[in-house]
Amino acid sequence: MSFLSYLINGISLGSIYAIIALGYTMVYGIARMLNFAHGDIIMVGGFVIFTVVSTLSLPPALGILAAVVLCTILGVVIERVAYKPLRGASSLAVLITAIGVSYLLQNVALLIFGSNARQFTSVVNVPGLKLADGALTISGVTMVTIVTCIVIMAALTQFINRTKVGQAMLAVSEDKGAATLMGIDVNRTIAITFAIGSALAAVAGALLCSTYPSLTPYTGSMPGIKAFVAAVFGGIGSIPGAFIGGVLLGVIENLSKAYISSQLSDAIVFSVLIVVLLVRPTGILGKKIMEKV
Amino acid sequence: MAILEVKDLEVYYGVIQAIKGISFEVNQGEIIALIGANGAGKTTTLQTITGLIPSKAGKIVYEGQDITKIPGHKLVSMGIAHVPEGRRVFATLSVLQNLKLGAYTRNDKNELEETLQMIYRRFPRLEERKNQMAGTLSGGEQQMLAMGRALMSHPRLIVLDEPSMGLSPIYVNEIFDIIQKINEDGVTVLLVEQNAKKALSIADRAYVLETGSIALSGEASVLMNDDAVKKAYLSE
Ligand SMILES: Nc1ncnc2c1ncn2[C@@H]1O[C@H](COP(=O)(O)OP(=O)(O)OP(=O)(O)O)[C@@H](O)[C@H]1O
Ligand SMILES: [Mg+2]
Repeated sequence: MSFLSYLINGISLGSIYAIIALGYTMVYGIARMLNFAHGDIIMVGGFVIFTVVSTLSLPPALGILAAVVLCTILGVVIERVAYKPLRGASSLAVLITAIGVSYLLQNVALLIFGSNARQFTSVVNVPGLKLADGALTISGVTMVTIVTCIVIMAALTQFINRTKVGQAMLAVSEDKGAATLMGIDVNRTIAITFAIGSALAAVAGALLCSTYPSLTPYTGSMPGIKAFVAAVFGGIGSIPGAFIGGVLLGVIENLSKAYISSQLSDAIVFSVLIVVLLVRPTGILGKKIMEKV
Repeated sequence: MAILEVKDLEVYYGVIQAIKGISFEVNQGEIIALIGANGAGKTTTLQTITGLIPSKAGKIVYEGQDITKIPGHKLVSMGIAHVPEGRRVFATLSVLQNLKLGAYTRNDKNELEETLQMIYRRFPRLEERKNQMAGTLSGGEQQMLAMGRALMSHPRLIVLDEPSMGLSPIYVNEIFDIIQKINEDGVTVLLVEQNAKKALSIADRAYVLETGSIALSGEASVLMNDDAVKKAYLSE
């Protein structure tokens, strides 16, 4: 029974990674850049909810809404101000800029909220589930996290396959020049991608802080890196890959914590990544680079 | 009447000048060929016209409107379609998805369906393969897809960059036939080709580009018998 419980909690943690990884993978797929500030958007989302719910005593739903809206705006502004001028610059320059943005966000949060951990009040008010005569308990936030992740995945897949904007994203991710020749505004499409990724980061922030209720300016950093690993694991650029990579990572991490060593769990996670990349350099679902004739 | 006028156009890649002040015009209903050797600047010229690369000096006027500074994606709904060099179909998307992306700027669903049927009639192979990934099509089929995709936007001016590149002679003939048919349907054609003989055989007029400048221009039938052209571009 305890195995099942570890597994379910792993899936839940992995679902959070998956939601964050979606942002990484979509931005990478379309703008061909690693947005290392993505994890810190999660932290911003957490603080927005904290401010709305704990400081202003407003309902949690309002907090989530505010976080989604503000993070979306923040993501678009970051892209516009920091990344767009570097379009066409070397990927190293973009990467360094992204790391700079990451530090900027962390330090602004440090300035406003200080370095002491804040107690985050869970935004999920769903009762837990007791199964098998109480031997297996699944908390409300665990269930909500898993369901949210599945809903987001399904909605995103539909969005990409069924809407014009989604198809434009696929076109831009493959060939920006050819996409322009279709009449697609590449800059706008990239901005929309950042908006979606950042909105998802806000949701991930709400779920993450509800699961691990201590909030600091560095809260988003480690989950951000893990989600990046998950995205690479699943095949960066692939949406189902982000999902599979995220969930697998969460499960591996939680099971290693439970059965091997909680100190070593991160080392194990990264070792698995290295092995996977040795066997499949493009990740689990990564596309092979197609030979152009 | 000129549908497209290019005036004293200059284009640079960094400090290197690729286009050195060229002027030419394309009249409504014509097929204009732009021929020249490798590196002459043909692709650069087309990409500047359709807004993919900026110009340093000069003017591009389309249907009487200065489009020099208009971003590329806005030109599609103004009636300009560009079939790029190397086709550049979206390899991981299906044929149908590619065609639908060609109609990205259009909104009327019924009209779209009609255009799609028209394109399937013109390129029956695309209909047979509509669910196939574009990257798995043969070179000739990809060229047809690239042309079909461009036609989905319902252009008044289509620019084609080396549509015959890398194709077997049968496909080359088929592609040139189709270009003529597209033109007969009222679409003005600006055609870049290395296959000068073929291009001159269907064009009304032609311009010869040599290292960023226009070296010669005139009626296609006249250029075809010009000694200099024959020697440089029509040698068997
Ligand atoms: N992205 C680029 N950066 C720098 N120089 C370029 C670039 N693209 C083209 N050039 C240069 O500009 C000149 C014109 O190139 P362009 O591709 O327009 O020639 P082209 O006539 O289309 O040749 P081809 O028949 O081989 O396609 C060439 O000297 C080429 O080396
Ligand atoms: Mg060329």
